[in-house]
This record gives sequence, C-alpha cells and structure tokens, in this order.
Amino acid sequence: MSEPAPITESPPEPPAAPPGRARRLIDPVVTARPWVVTVLAIVLALVVGAILIVLADEDTRAKFGYFFAAPGDGLSAAWSDITTAYTALFKGSIYNPANTSSLTAALTPLSETLTEATPLIFGGLAIGLAFQAGMFNIGGQGQLIFGAIAATYVGFTVTGPPVIALIAGVVAGIVGGAVIGGFVGWLKAATGAHEVIVTIMLNYVALALLNYLIATTVFKDPNNPQPVSKPVAGNARLPHLAGESLRVNAGILLAVVAVAFAWWLLNRSTLGFQLRTVGANANAARTAGMNVGHSQIMAMVISGGMMGLVGVSQVLGTANANNALTPQIDAGLGFAAITVALLGRASPIGTVLAALLFGALQAGGREMQAAAGVSIQIVTVIQALIVLFVAAPALVRGLFRLRGGAGVEMGLTAKGWNG
Amino acid sequence: MVSLELRGITKKFGSLVANDHIDLSVEPGEIHCLLGENGAGKSTLMNILYGLYQPDDGEIRIDGERVSFAGPRDAIAAGIGMVHQHFMLIPVFTVAENVMLGGEKVRAAGFLDHAGACRAVNELSSRYGLRVDPDAVVADLPVGVQQRVEIIKALTREARVLILDEPTAVLTPQEIDELFTVMRALRASGRSIVFITHKLKEVKAIADRITVIRRGMVVGTPSPHASEAELATLMVGHDVRLGVTKGRAVDPAAAPAFTVKDLTVLDEAGHAVVDDVSFDVRPGEILAIAGVQGNGQTELTEALLGLRAPAGGSIRLDGKELAGASPRTVLRAGVGYIPEDRAHDGLVGSSSVAENLILDLYDRPPFGRRGSLDMGAVRANAEQRVAEFDIRTGSVQAPASTLSGGNQQKVVVAREMSRPLRLLIAAQATRGVDVGAMEFIHSRIVRERDQGRPVLIVSTELDEVFALADRIAVMYRGKIMDIVSPDISREEVGLLMAGARGGHDR
Repeated sequence: MSEPAPITESPPEPPAAPPGRARRLIDPVVTARPWVVTVLAIVLALVVGAILIVLADEDTRAKFGYFFAAPGDGLSAAWSDITTAYTALFKGSIYNPANTSSLTAALTPLSETLTEATPLIFGGLAIGLAFQAGMFNIGGQGQLIFGAIAATYVGFTVTGPPVIALIAGVVAGIVGGAVIGGFVGWLKAATGAHEVIVTIMLNYVALALLNYLIATTVFKDPNNPQPVSKPVAGNARLPHLAGESLRVNAGILLAVVAVAFAWWLLNRSTLGFQLRTVGANANAARTAGMNVGHSQIMAMVISGGMMGLVGVSQVLGTANANNALTPQIDAGLGFAAITVALLGRASPIGTVLAALLFGALQAGGREMQAAAGVSIQIVTVIQALIVLFVAAPALVRGLFRLRGGAGVEMGLTAKGWNG
Repeated sequence: MVSLELRGITKKFGSLVANDHIDLSVEPGEIHCLLGENGAGKSTLMNILYGLYQPDDGEIRIDGERVSFAGPRDAIAAGIGMVHQHFMLIPVFTVAENVMLGGEKVRAAGFLDHAGACRAVNELSSRYGLRVDPDAVVADLPVGVQQRVEIIKALTREARVLILDEPTAVLTPQEIDELFTVMRALRASGRSIVFITHKLKEVKAIADRITVIRRGMVVGTPSPHASEAELATLMVGHDVRLGVTKGRAVDPAAAPAFTVKDLTVLDEAGHAVVDDVSFDVRPGEILAIAGVQGNGQTELTEALLGLRAPAGGSIRLDGKELAGASPRTVLRAGVGYIPEDRAHDGLVGSSSVAENLILDLYDRPPFGRRGSLDMGAVRANAEQRVAEFDIRTGSVQAPASTLSGGNQQKVVVAREMSRPLRLLIAAQATRGVDVGAMEFIHSRIVRERDQGRPVLIVSTELDEVFALADRIAVMYRGKIMDIVSPDISREEVGLLMAGARGGHDR
C-alpha cells in the first residue's frame, strides 16, 4: 500500500466453465468429498475385517499351508469363511430370510440394531454438540453414570402413573448429566481448566461414586447378593414398542426427538449459532460481542444432558435386564460415543447414520459369533478401523488413487504467501 | 555468479491459471522487482522457483542450464534463498542457533559447532551491514532485526539469488532505509535479488529492473524511471487516481464525541503497554493513530472495544462511560469495529459469508427471534450486503475462507457498517487487500466521516494515514508522542514513530 489510496476497480473474475453432467457425477468421487471418504473407509474396514476373519480360522490357515499344491482348497475355505461371517452379520442386524416364521421373528434383527443404536445416538449427539462448540468432551462415561444414577433413584422412589413416572425418570437423567457437564463448562469458563483433563478425572469420580452408592442401603437391592441397585419401577420404564419379545423401546423415539432438537439447535437457533461461532473461532466470537464462557457452559450443559439420556436408555430401557444400576452400567458407551461422533462428523444426521451402522455391527456381531463362530471382537476391530480410516483421509485417498479435495488446492492459491 | 531465467512458466489450479507463460530473467548483481497486486500470481511464481510447486509447463534455467526442483532443498542447493513474509524462525532459539538450523555443523563427539556459527553470523553481519548479536534470543528481537537473521540464514547457505517476499510490510520507514542499504551491499557483491512488492515508492527507490504481473501474466517491464502513476496503471490494468476525496473539514470548535482520557492498559507481566493515553475525536473527523507495529496500538483498540480491561482512565462515547464495559455493551452503544487481523478476530473462516455478516446481530430482530434464527432474513441481508459492498463470492453460503483477502475484509467492513454507528474504529483496515478493495474500503470510511461520524483509524502505513487523517496521533511504546496535522512532513511523523518528540503542540 505505497500509493496514497489509488482508486480503481478490480477486474471482473472470469466466469467458470459450467461443469458437464458427467463431471457432476464423477467429481464428488475423484475429488474425495468427505462422505465419499467415509463410505470408502467402511469398505476398507470390511476388507481388512475379512482378512482377519480368514486368518483367525485355524482350518483355513491349515489349508493355506499346502497352498501351492492345491490353491483351490485355501481360497474356497477363505471365501466361505468371509461369506458365512458377513452373511451372519447381515442376518443378525437387518433381515434373516431363514427366520421369518412370524412378524416378530422377522423384525428381531432390526429391533436389535435399533436398540443398540439408541444410546449411541444420544452419546454421538452429545459429543458432536460439544465438538461444534470447540470442546472435546471425554467425560461421556462420567456424565452418563451421573444421569443413570439420577434416573435410577427417581425411578425406584417416585411412584406415579406410567407417563408421569417415566417423564420424571427421563428428566432426572438429563439433569444428572447436565449438572456434571455444566460443572465442567463452568470450570473451563471461570478458571481455564482444560475440559479434557477435567472430564477424564470426573469419569473416575463418577465410577467411584457409582460403586459406593450401589453398596449403600438407599440404592442396594436387598434381594440381590450382587452389588446391584433396586430395580426401577415398571411405570418408569421405557415401554416396548412392538411387544414384549422385541427389545426395541420408546428410547428410539426419544432419540428421534433428540436428533431433531440437536439439528434445530445447531442450524436454526441463535444459541447454536453462538456455539458454532465460538467453536470455530473464539476470538472472532468475543470480538463480535459473544460471551465465550457462557457458550462453553451452555455447550457442556447440553452435551452432559444428552449423555444423561444415554444413562436413561441404559437403566429405563431394555439394555439392562433388570432395569437397575450395576457397576458396568456405562458399558463403555461414553467412549463409543466419541467414535460415533467422529464418524458422523459431529453433525446430527451423520451421527444417526454412524450410530445405526455401529448398532447394526453390534447386533450382527452377536449373530456372527453364534452362527459363524467368528469372535465378536472382530466387530470392535472393524469399528476401530472405520474410525481410523476416516481420521486419515489422505490414506484412503492414496489407496483409491483419488485427488485431494479441490478446495484445498484452491485455498492455497487464494491465500499464497503474500496472504 | 548466477544468472537465472524462467521461461514460459505456467501453473494452473483447476480452471484458474495462476501463472500464464511467465518469462523472467535475473542477472548477477541486479535487484529485480516483481510488482503486482495481491493475487496477481507473484507468490505462486516464487513458490515454483523455490521448489514448493511444480510448474505445469515452462522451465527454469540457471547459467543457461535447465534445472528442476523437487523441493526447497534442491532450490537451496542451486543457490536460491528465500526470505518469507512470515519469518520461519524459532523464537526461543538464539540468532546463531537459528542460522545453523537445518545445516548444523558438528565437531568431534557430536558437539554442535556453536562458535563457528557465531563467527559466520558476525562475518556476514559486518560485511553487509546486517547488525545483529548472534547470542540474542530471536523472540526478544524487533521484527526488523529478525528479518536480518532470515537474510543471514539464506546467505550462510550460499544463496546467490535472494527472494525477498514483501520484506517491507513489517518495517518502519527508517528500517526500510536500512534494508535498502543492505540490499545495495548485496548487489555490489554480485548477488541478485528478487524483490516482491506492491509498493510503488519502494520499487522506484531500489529497482534495477521491474517486471509487472497482472492476473498471472507479465504485462510489462517498465523502466525504473517510469512514474508511480504509470506503474500503478500497469499493475491494476487501467488508469488509477491517487488520493481520496474527502468532504468539508470538520469545525475545529465542535465538541468531541469520543474522548479517551488517561487510559492505561497493562500486559500479562504488569507492564504498561498503553501508557496514560488521551485523545478525542470530533464528529465528522478521522483521527489516525500512526506508529510502527507493536507500540501498543493493538492493546489500545482492544481496550476501546472492551476485550481488555483497562487499568485506569476513561473512555467516553457521547458522554457514556465505556471503560471496563463488555464488548457487547460497547458494540451495542454504536461502535463499529474493524479488527486489525481479520482472520484472527474478524471472521469465522469455516462459516458462510451470510453467517459472518450477522456475527454481532444474530440474536436480534430481524435475524434472531425468541431463540430462533430467521434464515430468510439472514440470506436476504447477505445478498443485499454482497451487492452493496461488491463482495466477490460465488454464493453467500460459501465459507468465508474461500474468499480473497480483499473480499474477506469487505465482509468485515460490510458487517460493521450495516448498523447505525456512533463511532467507527478501523485497525489496519486495508492490510493485505488489493488496490481495488483498498480504494473501496477507504471510500466507505470517508463516507462515515462525511456523514458526521467520529472515526478512529489505526494504521502502520503512512500513505494510508496521510490519505485519510484529519489529525494524526503518533504512538510509540504505549504513549501518544504527539497529535499533529497531516500537513507536516512524512519525515517528522517518521521521527515521532521512532520516539523522537517533535515541537508541535497537541
């Protein structure tokens, strides 16, 4: 800017050539849009999973021992391993053509998938919301335990008509998670304490508190020798949606409401606008007059409340046979939620899809273990690989020989070194 | 010594041709100016020369021999050195440690040859007048000295062609003179320099030859004797008018609308970074705070907006006390604020242009009602602002980071000027924007003034200060040295910027 304000107009930009129809179809694939990478990551993870399934089968390994004498033996055994396992995965999670004696039987796989997906949807939304506000909530475990404790306590003490008792339990669960989440947000806003450290530590606090409470006379079930709380009253349980023999319950309806709420919050509310702005650039948010500390507290209150719903679906739903607190009530869902949110890229819709996928893998994995004799651990490995590939998009692009996102290169030219 | 030649260099990014058959030759002992607006393709060309990009077409020749660079390592080996606009130094290391980094010489038993590095620094430093202490920690050095360290670093790697990317952007007028002295000494030793800039005065002061680039193409190689107007016309592509038209001057007897009195701001260590500062701005007046970067201007504007709590003093706008108020209170009192670093404080790069345009108004009608955003109003507002402020974007839903620097800044300006203002504070409002956007932003600032608003601008660019200001306050080490009329000479203001107190009355 050496001239005293030269006055001019910039030349107009050259019009970009309109892309042809073929380009419109091909471009998203070859330039590796995020969702393409996600789909390819799932494919890759299933391929690696297939290799592991083959390697885990002793008989097949033995056939590969004489591979050069009779390669057909090994290959056909491997093929049969893979197809048996993945067919069982499908049968256990979506539809089993061999078991359609009744409508209930035909719907069982889907019911299982939805039941497994329900807490993952709540959890994924919780982590995703915090992430959008720039917070990494590792404390899902602690928040869901607090939610479960509160929901259980209300569930076995408050007596009332079915709907009222259920609402009381659900609200208690939300409040339980929200209070502990909000405490983390307040600590960060008021003292600058990093939420990752605080939430990890509170996970231990929550677990210790759970173990302590289960042993107290207030919570302990006198009729059970195990450390298990009194069961939640029948009126406070999430009702089954399709008869007693299918596990799917009203939790999935609650999850639909939660997804709609999260979508509205992030995309259509002033609070969500504030949260996203603070998450993307806290300095710009502060300069525009937003209260960053308030945003962080609100984000953690909402995230904790969502995590509380994971606890609700654990104790008031059907995941736990006797609707009571146990030392393992968290089932690792606080951490599974992080992978769901990562796979869903922290968006509500993406989180639902990711939770349904993981729920299906979980439900199908049990069938795979029972019918094909493949360890259910393979499912955990596949889930981990999906997240790993999603987290390393360059690896996926490299394996499939895709160009990097066009936006990246254009960004470089637009910016340059003269900035 | 080396002669360097680029022939027909072409680089495309998608459908955008960043460099279109560019020819450029640099002779030994020559200062060759590469002149062009931001986004003209200067950086792309130099990144190709430094091995960071591969050209799609064309060739690089050194002493007539064709070479190809797979990366900066090859370019350095071929004798090309680069001083980036943003320094690549490690702040906690000393000068000598930074200089030997990447080419560490080791003595017996694996000890670093620290004394040798110091000797090398001292030797280069005395030969070319690059005064610097090899044992000083880089973080403690002023930017001008850090730049010398970068030049020494390039020279120890035997750079015979030195690329200086916008080297004067961070320097005071006096430091620029020192840099030019160093450049002349380097030229005398037979090295060649490619000097990238868009500042016409500097080009005229130092260039032996000039190549002007516009929209990826070489549009001319004017003589250094060409007038500034000729160079500007070539660079921009049509006639340019140098200067800003302002309305009638403000009545000097008018009561000030914005008054800052005895304002003191402390940094984290408790030092006064804004030290007992007082000034006032009248309605319809532009007060410019001039000064070298880092003399308290940032902290001053942050305190005015409420981002930093002042340790003492008062800030009054139309009689209302704003010292210690939150940014929201200050903004709602009618202050428009253009922060000095738009990427850091002004924009959310990943959010859309439309969202960035309502960053401070999202919770008020017509955009926010009872907790809900009215997407129709947000979109309508965005389309109106984009048209009014000539923001070049494919769509109002495009992420702000995809816009050019000038258009990003127009987004900030459009947002801050889209509500009724009682005061405008603009810090470095035209930093890193092209000439077209700069002219536009200047005219909008002047329009606010002409409509009777008090305007406070903060600028390190003397040209901008002299073009816009009705009065100039010069800041040095947290203090206002003096408040002067823009009729005084640049030299006098330059002296004030360097801390020498002038004889003018407030």
